[in-house]
Amino acid sequence: MKTFIKREEIKDHLFDGMSIMVGGFMCIGTPEVIVDEIVKSNVKDLTIICNDAGLPGKGVGKLIENGQVQKLVASHIGLNPMAGQLMGEEKLIIHLIPQGTLAEKIRAGGAGLGGFLTPTGLGTIVEKGKDILKVDGKEYILELPIRADLAILYGTTVDTHGNVLYTKTTRNFNPLMATATDNVIVQARQVIDVLDPDTIHTPHIFVDYVVKEVE
Amino acid sequence: MEKHEMRNFIAHRVARELHDGDVVNLGIGLPTLVGNFVPKDVTIFLQSENGLIGLGPAPQGDAVDWDITNAGGQPVSLETGGMYFDSATSFGIIRGGHVDVTVLGSLQVDEKGSIANWIIPGKMVPGMGGAMDLLVGAKKVIVAMTHTARGKMKILKECTLPYTAVNQVNMIVTELGVMEITDKGILLTELAPGVTVEQIQEVTEAKLILSNDIKEMKI
Repeated sequence: MKTFIKREEIKDHLFDGMSIMVGGFMCIGTPEVIVDEIVKSNVKDLTIICNDAGLPGKGVGKLIENGQVQKLVASHIGLNPMAGQLMGEEKLIIHLIPQGTLAEKIRAGGAGLGGFLTPTGLGTIVEKGKDILKVDGKEYILELPIRADLAILYGTTVDTHGNVLYTKTTRNFNPLMATATDNVIVQARQVIDVLDPDTIHTPHIFVDYVVKEVE
Repeated sequence: MEKHEMRNFIAHRVARELHDGDVVNLGIGLPTLVGNFVPKDVTIFLQSENGLIGLGPAPQGDAVDWDITNAGGQPVSLETGGMYFDSATSFGIIRGGHVDVTVLGSLQVDEKGSIANWIIPGKMVPGMGGAMDLLVGAKKVIVAMTHTARGKMKILKECTLPYTAVNQVNMIVTELGVMEITDKGILLTELAPGVTVEQIQEVTEAKLILSNDIKEMKI
């Protein structure tokens, strides 16, 4: 059986200066209960890795508004005006990465790969400072894996063993992030005894803790 | 033309480039309108980079399901036969050449088929999202945009804003005409009704190469 924790216990897994991967795409598939606990804890100097900067008052947006984020690694920040504003004032470091490259960096981080070669970003500022390698006469950028201290994910259905299914477009970055961090906490919309083994997106071996959305 | 008429005219013309069975990714804004003009006898599969193929119309009222959204985070629906996948699979589809056509808006395009649409340094930094991957991965890249922005030219000899991708654009569709990017430069193939070669050249910094057979842009 997986370790089910109460939301008040989430703070025990947080520390200043840590890196956190946050599942979700424009807040769809983001574990808001866990985000709220991070806000309450007031841990600071966080490095957040997420597809985007969330929305005002939602998802990663809440952490940015609370001044807890030192650095954001994302592909898009356009729907959260505060992120751009803080970046302009040099109060927030934002590292923008092409979305497919971000996904693959996380996948590589979780899959034990030393990096991967992608044509995405060739000839743009994305290639700056990176190695360009030629394979069969074609150029690629060498992109490196990324890992973090903690992943916070949003599972739709989690079974008592900790297996996870993400419904519809809530899946996005969640199953990738589950593999690429030292600690994984999943917010469960619903908990059931046992999932059909054929429908599991994240095997329980990747999951450390589960917190129920409705306790 | 009114602005919304102009946008619909461009989207309608782009829709004629789509073929039965195509996997298509439409960008946010004007490109999204292309979905409204796909001919009835053509079935396309709309891909959304947040993780689905079979993107259907925006649901209304009680039918809205916030677990089904597009890449702009807005509620959509899934057509019969459609499916969901994670972000790595989604970009495997995109980078791996499994998307037949992508339609994007742009700030600038140049005669080498390079495109700049993700940042205005010091002003606007939305980020590239999935655009850089779509541009290098899609088999055909169509830029759908108004020909100029507040009187400023957008089709240039060389982009002045940071590139989103170099040498990737195949076609440009605006309210004035249709252009193809070739090794020699931008080939003008169609003109909107009532528009002359002189008029379109006047608002295009790049020197247009004239097709031997410039057609009227039909929708």
